[in-house]
Formats: sequence, C-alpha cells, structure tokens
Amino acid sequence: MGSDREHAGGPHGLGRSRTAVAAERVIEALIRICGFSAIFFVFSIFLFVLLSGSDFIVHRLDLREFLFSAEWVPTSVSNKRYGTLALTLGTFSVTGLAMLIAVPFGLGAAIFVSEFTDGKVKEVLKVVIELLAAIPSVVWGFVGLVIMNPLIIAIFDAPIGLNVLNGGILLGLMSVPIIVSIGEDAIKAVPDSYREASMAMGATRWQTTVHVLLPAARSGLLAAVLLGVGRAIGETIAVLMATGHAVQIPHSPLDSVRTLTATIASELGETARGSDHYQALFTIGILLFVLTFVVNLSADLIVRGVRGEQR
Amino acid sequence: MNTPLPFSTTAVTQANRNRESVIRALLGIVTVLLVLPLLAILGLLVKHGAPAMTLDFLLTAPAAGMTAGGIFPAIVGTLWLVGVSLAVAAPIGVLAAIYLNEYAGDHWGTRIVHLAIVNLAGVPSIVHALFGVGAFVLFLHLGTSILSASLTLAIMTLPVIIASTKEALAAVPMSFRQACWVLGASRWQTIRHVVLPNSIQGILTGVILQVSRAAGETAPVMFTGAAFYLPFLPQSVHDQCMALSMHLFTLSTQVPGVPEALPYATALVLVALVMSVNLTSILLRSYLRSRRKW
Repeated sequence: MGSDREHAGGPHGLGRSRTAVAAERVIEALIRICGFSAIFFVFSIFLFVLLSGSDFIVHRLDLREFLFSAEWVPTSVSNKRYGTLALTLGTFSVTGLAMLIAVPFGLGAAIFVSEFTDGKVKEVLKVVIELLAAIPSVVWGFVGLVIMNPLIIAIFDAPIGLNVLNGGILLGLMSVPIIVSIGEDAIKAVPDSYREASMAMGATRWQTTVHVLLPAARSGLLAAVLLGVGRAIGETIAVLMATGHAVQIPHSPLDSVRTLTATIASELGETARGSDHYQALFTIGILLFVLTFVVNLSADLIVRGVRGEQR
Repeated sequence: MNTPLPFSTTAVTQANRNRESVIRALLGIVTVLLVLPLLAILGLLVKHGAPAMTLDFLLTAPAAGMTAGGIFPAIVGTLWLVGVSLAVAAPIGVLAAIYLNEYAGDHWGTRIVHLAIVNLAGVPSIVHALFGVGAFVLFLHLGTSILSASLTLAIMTLPVIIASTKEALAAVPMSFRQACWVLGASRWQTIRHVVLPNSIQGILTGVILQVSRAAGETAPVMFTGAAFYLPFLPQSVHDQCMALSMHLFTLSTQVPGVPEALPYATALVLVALVMSVNLTSILLRSYLRSRRKW
C-alpha cells in the first residue's frame, strides 16, 4: 500500500500496478451492489411473503371477507373463516390510544428539550430518551404482564388487565422516543433567525414556539408522528403479551383484543406449512407490509417536501 | 417623573413571564413523566430480579422444566445470533453507506435507495420473521438455525448501520477529500486512506447500536432459529439456539409455575446487556464529538 501512495497520480491512480487497479474496480463494484442492496431486500421481503401466501391469495381469498369480516376462525373443522376486521380494529385501537399518549407527551418533550433546556440537562434528557427507545419490546411486554396488568385490574376494577389500555400505554411509551427525537430535529432545523426575529418583537419563548416554530416545523412534526404510528402498527411481541388474545371488535379501552401482528406471532408456530391457515397468516403479513409502507412513505414524502421548499 | 424607564417591566411582560414559567414547568413535568417509566422499570427489575442473580444463574442451564436453574444457553445463543448477524450486516451496511455518501449522485436511483432504506426500517418485525421463514428457512433450505435467524436479524438491523455510518462519513469535511484528490489519489484511495480513518469511530457507534437492536429482538428469531428450550449449546451456525429475549417470552407466557424471580432476573440480564451496549455507543459518540479536530 505504501508504494501505491508514492506512485499515485491522476484520477485513476497512474503508475499503480494492474492488480491494484483491478482490486479497486472489484471493491467499487461491491460498494455499488451493497448500495442497492436495500432495494433488493425490500423487494424480496414483499415477494417472499406474497409468494408464501400466493396459492391462498389466488384461489381461496375472498377479499371482501378478508378485509371486512370480523370472523377469524381459521381452525374450525367445517367452516373456516379468514376475516381480519377484528384484528385490524385491534391494531387501530391500540395504535390510536398509543398516539393519544405519545403525541402530546412526545411533542411536549420535543419542545422542552429543543427550546427550554440547554447544556448538560439537554444532553442528559436526550440520552435518557434514547435509552427508553433501547428497552427491548419483550421487556415492555413483560412489564405489561406483571406490572400494568394488576395495576389496571386494581384501578379500573376490570376483570382482566390485558387489554387495549395496557397495550396502548406500552406502545405509547415505545413510540415516544421516535416522536421526541425526530420532532426535536424538526424544531431545531428552524433557522435561528426566525427565533431572533420573533424575540426581537417582544414575544416570549412560548409565544415564539407556538406562533413561529411549530408552524415552521409542522411537516417535520407530522412526519415524526407518522413514524411513531408506523412503529406502533408494526410492534409485535409487546402487544402480543399485553393485549389479552381475544379476537373481537373492541368497544372500550378495557376490552381485550388481538392485533394483526400478534395473530401472526401466536399462530404461525401452530399451523401446518402450506395450509390455508398458514398462507392466510402470510396474507396478513402483506397487509401489514402495505400498511406500514404507506405510513412510512408518507412520512418520507412529507420530510422531502419540506427540504425541497427550504432550498 | 413618573414615566417608566425604557426597560422596566410592564404588567403585560410580567404576565407573560409568569405564564412562561408555568408553561416551562408543565413541559418539564411532561418530559420527566417520560423519564419516570424508565427508572421505574429498571428499579422493579433490579428489586425483583436481584435476589435470583447469582453466578449460578448466569452459568447453568434451565432445569426442572424451566422452573429452576439458570440462563447460560440463552446467553450463549444471544451471543451467537448477535455475532453472526453483525458479521453479515456490518460489511453490507458500511459499504452501502459508503456508496450513498461517497459515490451516489442526487438522482432518482439514489432516491429509490433512500426510500428502500426508510421502508426497510419500517417493516414490522413479524413481517421480517415471515420473510425469514419464507426465504432462509424454506427457500434456501437453511432450516430453523442460527444462520436463518441471524440473516433475518441482519436484514432487519441493516438500516441502523447504514444511517449511522452515513452520518459518520458525512461528518468528514469535503476539503479532506479534495486535498486528497488534488494529490492524484483515486476515489477509492481517498476513501480508504482519508475518509475511513477519520470516521471509523463514528462507524463503530452505529455498529454497536446494531448489536443492541439485534440482542433485544424476539419476533424475527422466534420462527427462524430460536428454540424454547435446548439441553445443549449450539455447535455451529446450522444448530438452533436459545435466546435471552425468546427465553423471557417463554418464561413469562408459556411455562406455568415459574418462580417470579426467574423472569425478572432474565429481563434484568437482557436489559443490562442492551443498555450497557447502548450507553457505550452514546458515550463513544459524545466523546468523539468533543474531540473532533475540525
């Protein structure tokens, strides 16, 4: 390598041995391949999950029943039903409750960290929120089982504490770190000249935040919330453990439900490979893939749009 | 003589100031309410888990139908899964980040790569599991094995490595590269001898983060390689293994009659592992920022 550097010259490294140039070609080809690997992976995920359920999807899937029937009875001997409405509503109810908690708390914390603290306090808060994000989802599920469950039973006098409320609170706490960190980035990205102009007019920090910073950062904040939603929809093990395994349309936060993700996780191990039930679970996987894809794509487009404007 | 001084507080500014401090306090409380669960969880895990935390617990296998004994095979299994997934994800992730930061122009191809990474990061973990079953376990005939599970984990954690490596590479000033090009070095020579040496520690923090993510995941390994219980340690990547995350799931939902302290202690070990890895990454990052030369 030492001689390389001594003789290097010109854009292609004049005076280098053929092998050195060839090695560089190989490495650059590898870099290009890896660069595009993400496309390949996303595409193969979609393809493999789709193909694994293809026979069912093509021949026996009744899309109306699949999307709009609440009857998920895959193990019945005589009358198997594959309706996911109850599961979808389970996912939406838990996600919705999670966002009721995560959005005000997440945006409040993002504003606090970005505009009302600095120095050491800011650093410490950011580290703590990052650590909150690091807690594995199975540990959250465990917390739901052993701490939240008895707590909810005691406070609400509910027959069981594994329900929408339990899962919603856990998912809320799990989504908060994303909303805080992306939201803080969005607020921080508003140019200081905006703050200075507002303060020079005599506005307080809070007035500046509400009337100047939040409107200026609204796209970034919306993207932060959407990414939080995506996280909540896709979360599996924690909701599997905390929401109580009941396939039903929830009518109150104290009802047990089962989400799309939890259904796959709890039933995949018990189905025969290639059976309709097995393939139906992969079809749910496609539904989940599409759902999160749309949510994440919108978040990304919104952020992109903002960057375009600022240029 | 009663005209107010130009900068004295009026009633309006005083009211504003009072409101300001109330709002500041409220926002502070909201933020602290987010910190509390972290402390509460850690506190409870330590309180209930510490009594069972002995050297024996860490170094023996589960016994009596998992209602006694330790978690040694689960720790070993998690190390296998993390190690193999890291060996796969780190090179691909770092090279992908090099492509995006050093080679790719601002055109539609790059846009699509970026979109793919965002969506790869957003795919639910259970869908990654389905993919792992379809692609690695069945299609590639790898069976339920450490290899299948690790490959699934690797793809899932790839965006973590790409994002942080890209950030580390972007932090190297353009002038460093220009100086190198002016001397006649090629693009790759510049990357190899200037960009990478100046960003290697930043890249490391991302790789460490990947370890923490991979160690904590349950769903992707559940159907691809992690077993409920195995009486022996894995000998190669083609064996199944136990995993800490999976073991905690099993203990708390699948096995009746487990003494309370066992799942708590397992959770404590898992959280301690993930947190210490994370904290290392965070400290390394802030240390690097503080001594950056440019």
